Amino acid sequence: MTTREMGHDAAPRVSFFNDPVIRGIIYQVVVAVILIGFIFWIVGNTAANLAAQNKTNGFDFLWKTAGFDISFALLPWSRASYYWEALLVGITNTLLVAFIGIVFATMLGFTIGVARLSSNFIVARLAAVYIETIRNIPLLLQLFFWYFAVLKTMPAVRQSIALPFDSFINQRGIMVPRPTPDQEFGWVMVAIVVALIVAGVIGGWAARIRTRTGRYPVQIVWPGKLADAVVTFLVAFVALVVLLGVVFPIASFVPVSAIVAAAVALGSLTRYAAIAKAALTFFVAFVLCNALLGFMFSWVPSLMVSLISALIALVLGQVVYSNTANRPPSDARFPLALLVLIIVGVPALVYWLTGATLAFEVPVLERFNFKGGLQLPPEFVALAFGLTIYTASFIAETVRAGIQAVNRGQTEAAQSLGLKDGDRLRLVIVPQAMRVIIPPLTSQYLNLTKNSSLGAAIGYPELFNVFGGTSISQSGRAIECMAIIMVVYLTFSLITSAIMNWYNARVRLVER
Amino acid sequence: MSQVSETIVEREIDTSHMQVSKTEVAIDVINMHKWYGDFHVLRDINLRVMKGERIVIAGPSGSGKSTLIRCINRLEEHQEGQIIVNGTELTADLKRIDEVRREVGMVFQHFNLFPHLTILQNLTLAPIWVRGIPKAEAEATAMHYLERVKIPEQANKFPGQLSGGQQQRVAIARSLCMQPRIMLFDEPTSALDPEMVKEVLEVMISLAEEGMTMICVTHEMGFARQVANRVIFMDQGQIIEQNEPEEFFSNPQHERTKLFLSQILH
Repeated sequence: MTTREMGHDAAPRVSFFNDPVIRGIIYQVVVAVILIGFIFWIVGNTAANLAAQNKTNGFDFLWKTAGFDISFALLPWSRASYYWEALLVGITNTLLVAFIGIVFATMLGFTIGVARLSSNFIVARLAAVYIETIRNIPLLLQLFFWYFAVLKTMPAVRQSIALPFDSFINQRGIMVPRPTPDQEFGWVMVAIVVALIVAGVIGGWAARIRTRTGRYPVQIVWPGKLADAVVTFLVAFVALVVLLGVVFPIASFVPVSAIVAAAVALGSLTRYAAIAKAALTFFVAFVLCNALLGFMFSWVPSLMVSLISALIALVLGQVVYSNTANRPPSDARFPLALLVLIIVGVPALVYWLTGATLAFEVPVLERFNFKGGLQLPPEFVALAFGLTIYTASFIAETVRAGIQAVNRGQTEAAQSLGLKDGDRLRLVIVPQAMRVIIPPLTSQYLNLTKNSSLGAAIGYPELFNVFGGTSISQSGRAIECMAIIMVVYLTFSLITSAIMNWYNARVRLVER
Repeated sequence: MSQVSETIVEREIDTSHMQVSKTEVAIDVINMHKWYGDFHVLRDINLRVMKGERIVIAGPSGSGKSTLIRCINRLEEHQEGQIIVNGTELTADLKRIDEVRREVGMVFQHFNLFPHLTILQNLTLAPIWVRGIPKAEAEATAMHYLERVKIPEQANKFPGQLSGGQQQRVAIARSLCMQPRIMLFDEPTSALDPEMVKEVLEVMISLAEEGMTMICVTHEMGFARQVANRVIFMDQGQIIEQNEPEEFFSNPQHERTKLFLSQILH
């Protein structure tokens, strides 16, 4: 900043007003004075107006009884609770819907974003249509759509639509069973934790040996292949049992399913693995599509649904086949199936051995309403669903931009070195794309959190609804309530951006 | 391009290892055509490269030189004809593509180093994940090649901290770490300052001295004169003329070649 450098001692002095340092100071002082004056004027004006209306101010109302109802609260709430408890209820409700929204929007958004870059014409087009439709419709409109047009037009309580697993959907929301674990179930929880740790240790060890010696340890290769086959068998078996037992019932479907599933599993160990994988994909996709389409378009004849499902499953199977058939045999693959088997199998074994029970309290229709179970109010479902769908379209674009921002030359360099597609993505493309994706992704998370305040419009008792709406009208302390809400949202935002700044600093590219 | 340096290195080039095989074919391109949509980029290319040959491809921009060598390791796919590399014909079969890419190294105009990895990690990534070489061994090999390109002290820096010439030398070392039998150079010096061009060409010459089979797309006619044993001239997607460098420069046959050389040499 200084104008004098070594050897320029004799340089002519800059005139007072042309010195950039002094100018800078003058500008800042002027701005500060204007700002402070403005704040004083606003505060004084407000205080005078409040005094003229004989209104009291201060935060003492927080320790007074609120005296209103809140329809959905995670914390204990009654009319006799205090205002500060209302604040906490609002905050937890906001955090709940924001957390669920962020988790699902991230999963959906990444999927759609990658799908939009797919070389498959239909997949890419569908993703584009989704993004362009959803992000160009105002969020409030979408929330009203999900709330009034979808959930509120559900049948009345007595005509509730039964969903699988003892769940019901009606005007008052979605009723799901509430898990009530018994004493022994604690062991299962312990087993889950232990299995996760063991799987993590084995995975880490295998990866370490892989980088150090260039091979996965022998002790893991065969168990890994075996686990692959077991998982293949189980998945194929379940899909086939559903297929042959429910969709196209045939006599003695269990042994037939077992034989076919075993054939698929054995096939996956030989050099016909691609065919086995395609078959597995076909079975699973067919069963899933059939169930989903049958549920969504219940007026369409079931033969039609099956035909379309078969077609979709066939296409997916073909895609999987062509993706695996041309691939070199990967005898040194990361033993993912083994780890999954440990994580799922060990707790299942403990569950069976200890005789633990995980009972579910099923919602039961009584005279006027459901009793028992867990009730998700339609306001919550509509808001979580709407925020997820809406934000996912923006996240999808962020993800697409991030992947496309990585120079095409990076892909070419990786390809010319012979890196396979998976390694190329994992080691070269994703680490670079994440740098581009993370900052705008943070903004989307913040947006989602703040957009959750639109829940007020459909009556979900989140922070703004509880503390901005009801509390203000009950207590009359508008300025205080608004100030608190602003501080809370600001805190959320600052914490999020602090974490993201830390992350950005950590992954910054070193240049010069 | 006015000052095409006649000699790149002042020293004599050691030709003792630079034999061209009479029988072993490294690359065979037969009646190959390629289109971008309706645009016919490569027309009826026929090119046989013997083991140990050093070929320079020259030609005006847009003539398909880069596209041709990018077809050889399948960064671009051809629509007609055959490309056979080390006896493996390139088709849509990923297994064959992997096989070819393991034998063929490539150096790009813009280096394409991985900016998020250190120089050493850039060099060891492919050996570890493609060849399954133990990390310690891969690092030793990487250091060996870094010494060969004369920048072992940069091993723990990031690409962004290096000059263009250094980055290109790292890129060459990165390819060499995979121990390829054929090297493709796609205008390796076009993005460099004149001073740095020399240090990169030095490395390429020392590679040639070891008998590496090389195909270079370059405008460095001095390099072509000193190192190549065949210069290929392309225009509008066709090979117009090919000859030994002496003949090519002193006695060009085709009108288009004469025009090109007159523009590039004076």
